[in-house]
Amino acid sequence: MFESKSGIFFIAGIGFFLLAFLGNGVVPMIMYKDRVEQTAEQVVNKRVMAQFRDLAERYPESFKEAFGEPTEEACAEALRLGRQVYVGEGCWHCHSQFVRPVSNESRRWGPVAKTTEYDNELQRPVLFGTRRVGPDLSREGGRRGNDWHAVHFHRPKDVQVDSPMPAYPWFFEGSPDRPNRRGIAIITYVQWLGSWLPSYPYYEELAEVQDD
Amino acid sequence: MTAIPAHADLVDEKIIFRYYIAALAFLTISMVAGLMVALQLVHWNPFGGVELLSPGRWRMIHTNAIAYGFLANAFLGTLHWAVPRLTFHPVASRALSWFIFYAWQVIVLSTAVGIVVGPSLQDQPWLLDLAKRWRLPMNLGAQGLEWGETPFWIDPVALLGLALVAINFMVPIGRSKGPMYVTLWYFMAAFVWTFLTYAMGNLLPEYAVGGTSAGAIGGLFIHDLVGLFVTPLGWGLMYYFVPILLKKPIWSHGLSLVGFWGLAFFYPLQGIHHFLYTPIPMFLQYGAVISTIAVELVVATVVINFFGTLGSRGYDQFFNNLPIRYFYTGMVFYFITCFQCALQVTLTFQKLIHFTDWVVGHAHLVMFGVFSLWLFGIMTYLFPRLLGKPWYSRKLCEYHYWLSAGGLFVMFIDLTLAGVFQGYYWASLQQWDVSTNGSQPFWITRVFAGLAMFGGLLCFLYNLWMTIRSAEERVPEAGTAPGGASVLPSPA
Ligand code: HEC
Ligand code: HEM
Repeated sequence: MFESKSGIFFIAGIGFFLLAFLGNGVVPMIMYKDRVEQTAEQVVNKRVMAQFRDLAERYPESFKEAFGEPTEEACAEALRLGRQVYVGEGCWHCHSQFVRPVSNESRRWGPVAKTTEYDNELQRPVLFGTRRVGPDLSREGGRRGNDWHAVHFHRPKDVQVDSPMPAYPWFFEGSPDRPNRRGIAIITYVQWLGSWLPSYPYYEELAEVQDD
Repeated sequence: MTAIPAHADLVDEKIIFRYYIAALAFLTISMVAGLMVALQLVHWNPFGGVELLSPGRWRMIHTNAIAYGFLANAFLGTLHWAVPRLTFHPVASRALSWFIFYAWQVIVLSTAVGIVVGPSLQDQPWLLDLAKRWRLPMNLGAQGLEWGETPFWIDPVALLGLALVAINFMVPIGRSKGPMYVTLWYFMAAFVWTFLTYAMGNLLPEYAVGGTSAGAIGGLFIHDLVGLFVTPLGWGLMYYFVPILLKKPIWSHGLSLVGFWGLAFFYPLQGIHHFLYTPIPMFLQYGAVISTIAVELVVATVVINFFGTLGSRGYDQFFNNLPIRYFYTGMVFYFITCFQCALQVTLTFQKLIHFTDWVVGHAHLVMFGVFSLWLFGIMTYLFPRLLGKPWYSRKLCEYHYWLSAGGLFVMFIDLTLAGVFQGYYWASLQQWDVSTNGSQPFWITRVFAGLAMFGGLLCFLYNLWMTIRSAEERVPEAGTAPGGASVLPSPA
């Protein structure tokens, strides 16, 4: 059996693979089978809407051209596109999206990550990440203004002199005050991160966003 | 037993040569990409702000070109040598082999093009519409899973390619009679595993499963790709080439059995160890930790077995037999990698080193220090046989070895240290730029270590080029004894 073709094919090849798949894959699937995956439309909340409207006011022409009116559907569309940009540009190879219960991470970024935070379309495949060149982003929303993000994406060194983050001028039509569709989408996406938590942003509460 | 078929009837040398050239081309691309990312981190990126040369995209080129371009091509080439000679049967179909060869290059190239150009073309109404209607992650460019970045429109083709590869090599294995040699255990299992792993990782987390469970499957995928595709093929080749080059059998058959079955059982169980301290249930994380430590014991038996095979001839072989030197250097690195694994998988280490450059050092140690060195050793041994002439310069072969192994070793130590520093900077709640600025000395060192490795590759390429061009005629008949002893004297 240990040296025969069928033994190796069926036991080692298929059997052990399936065993591991059962243990490591199917068990969590069964445990979480009752969770319903939310759509991008469902995860739009008033905080990210406030940011989305802020973008519309701040960059009226660019915004109109990109998304028309700041409606909830447009916001969901921006979130979808923003996530695609985030994945396609490889942001997730430098930024994680989960806060661990160790190493003072909850003091730096906010509440430890919970399973429920990942039950939505924008976390498919889940963007935990495996490397942090830059900080975790799962509680990034609301920490910075939209204009800060615009300048930062256009040329990180303009706001963080020694930033090793790459510049993304192609999110803009020439200058940071003219974000294009991708630019508005990625800013909306980043502002959405963590907006589902009780406190937004984790650090200081923005009065205007609260009142909205 | 019937007569042993002639080498020429078994082995298609031309396809091996082509596979190696493709592999080396992708290795060059990958190293250039790695250098670009490394330069970005030390603020020297000459292409800052150029969309198609964005470091984020090229980091994915770096890892994908290595896995699918270099390792897969080099393995496929070598399989065309080893499998027929071990089974005494040619591959199922030579035409199929050539079809797979070209198809695979198209797959790898379109993956690269997809990753680089995809994000620029991403914003298409029909794509967003598809994504909205089916709630699927429709990316023209990379998909959000490490090593599963292969754009969705290539996945099915790649899967078909892997199935054809499996068939092409399983047929000669199936036809062979008598007991199977160790190498074939590994190969056979690897064909099944690679297909299953690729299917699992590129379909489930994208289409079927969401949230945390997808994270568990993603972990399983990155892990299995290394453990069930690269590792078994690599060890299978070691079991094949080491006895041939040393002209003696493997030291202990029993240990070979332990090694194979231990790996087969424990390796796949470890996937979740890539996502410790995530919201994945803790008992599953513990399971992954324990099986990781278990596999380290198994690895120890394999390494002992190979050093037993080397016996007392180590000194002599190390200096005079370049392929053997590559192989055993790789094995020492392998042992270090796995030892490191057993430590870093513990939750105590994880607190500190997860997300840091420690892990990147570990990744280079295993992918370059082990598998690439093995493949370099195999190429060093096979190119003269494929070309029918000796290496143009033995000295350049030496340079290739020392620059690769030395550069890698520096890179490994450097990144491991960097990881410890980064871990403490973060845990001590200092400003983020303290960690990125504090990493600069390490990142700068990494650039130079990378340049050394790249220099080694250039020596190899130049040497190969000059060998191809050198006028020397075919030396004594290349490889007439399948599965058996070496034909040319070791390249002393
Ligand atoms: C080469 C690694 C790298 C890549 C790729 C990268 N970043 Fe960063 N990022 C960093 C580093 C380092 C910092 C911290 C320094 C700074 O603020 O610029 C940072 C900071 C940030 C911040 C500010 C965090 C804060 O509040 O201080 C945001 C937001 C961000 N990145 C988003 C992104 C997005 C979105 C992408 C993809 C388009 C991306 N990053 C790609 C390395 C990277
Ligand atoms: C010229 C030499 C090389 C240089 C300069 C280089 C540089 C890099 C850089 C900068 C990264 C990203 C690290 C980060 O995110 O912080 C990386 C990742 C990686 N490289 Fe290389 N690399 C080189 C060669 C190789 C080779 C030859 C291989 C494989 C055989 C390899 C395998 C990998 C892998 C697997 C990763 C992903 C690590 C992870 O995500 O943990 N590299 N490399």
